[in-house]
Formats: sequence, C-alpha cells, structure tokens
Amino acid sequence: MLVLTRKKDESIMLGEDIEVVVLEITPTQVRLGVNAPRDCAVYRKEIFTAIQEENIKAARQTVQVELIKAEVKELFTGDDEEK
Amino acid sequence: MILQSKYFGRIEFAEEKIVTFERGIIAFEEMKRFFIIDNEDENNPLWWLQSVDDPEILFVVINPFTFKPDYDFELSPQDAEELQIEKPEDVVVLAIVVVPENIKQMTANLLAPVIINIRQRKGKQIVLQDKRYSTKHLIIEELAKTQKARQTQQKTSAQSAAQNR
Repeated sequence: MLVLTRKKDESIMLGEDIEVVVLEITPTQVRLGVNAPRDCAVYRKEIFTAIQEENIKAARQTVQVELIKAEVKELFTGDDEEK
Repeated sequence: MILQSKYFGRIEFAEEKIVTFERGIIAFEEMKRFFIIDNEDENNPLWWLQSVDDPEILFVVINPFTFKPDYDFELSPQDAEELQIEKPEDVVVLAIVVVPENIKQMTANLLAPVIINIRQRKGKQIVLQDKRYSTKHLIIEELAKTQKARQTQQKTSAQSAAQNR
C-alpha cells in the first residue's frame, strides 16, 4: 500500500481527475472531501462490503420457490382477510 | 434461447427478453445477463431474477413499494442516462431478498435496489447514500408498520369525516 502523509487542506490525486482532500482532523476522525467525475461512484467501504455480503448470501441461498411464494402471499393477503 | 435453470428447470425465452447489467450485480460483476421471471399471481409482489450466465444463480426479488410505500430515492442523472431512462413508467425497482431458514425473517436490501429499464432491458444495482435504508429490512416488520400506519390513517380520516358531518 502506498502511504502518504498529508496535513489539513492538503490533498492527493488519484489519476488525473479524482482528488481526495483532507478537510478536518480530530484525534479519532478525519473528514475527507472527494472531487470526482459524476460517473465515479464513491462509497464508504463498510457499506459496500455489506452489500457484497448480502448479494453473496442472496445468490448462495437455496431458493424454495413454492414455499417462499406461499409465505409471501400469506403475508400480503393475510391481513385483508382478518378485516 | 433455452436455459436449464436450477430452480425453474427448462426455461425458454426470446433473446430480446434478456436484461443486461453492464456492471453486473455487486459482488457478481461478471454476471451481466438476467432473465426476469415474473409471478403469474398478480397479487404476489415476488419476482425472480435468473442469471443467464449461471443457471444456478437465482435472485429472489420483490417490489419494495408493496411493503414500504414511503420508500423513496432519487435516481442520479448519470444512472438514468446509463440506463437510457426516458419515462418513469419504464422503470422497475426491485429489492433483492435473503430468505433465512425461518422464512418469516426474510429481509430485503433497500440500500442497494435493482433498477431496470424494462423498455430498453437494461439494469443496474445502485447504492443509495441514505441512512434510512439498510441491506436488511425485515419484510414482515415493514409490512406490519405500513398496515398499522394505514389503519391509523383510516381511523383519523373516519374521525374527521364524522366531525365534518
């Protein structure tokens, strides 16, 4: 991993069009600003990881098609019958 | 095109029916082609996204507005452009569902919905920057909340109707 030391208000460039600016430094946090082209998605890593994990779970699960269908149908129609 | 799928057996469909995800699905970037299997039961909000590239992969998906009517987000102009969206009615929003052993605990991912332009047959899983949504919304719980809110609303409107008389 490339390690760079930066102070407040200094920045780094990733390629030619992505800039990461150090906006604020506290003992426990840094605030970063990102200037990037609009088609470049920026995510907090833990959020991206959570989505990856969720998708992997969704893809690997054994899908009991009829069972799930019946359950959802009951869920969505059950209430109306009670009324 | 004929696909020998794991869960639906032999599926035959026209090639034009394939929905292309140019960036794949997050964590499955190589999976670019899907076939939507809709529910023959119109009252059932569940659909299925069958991977054309891997017959073993089937995503359970649901129309999120059926259990969370206040679900809202703005599609970025970049995503709208990428998906060649011209009219709102061309857009289908789906949430990927994870079904644990206890089916009642099934959750939907509202943080990363799947957006499909049904006319151009292009799809993309987008990531919302919105703290209200997570990758695991208990469907049963959201539905209960929605029904409760609806009942309160009905009561209030009944009351105000009574008062107006």
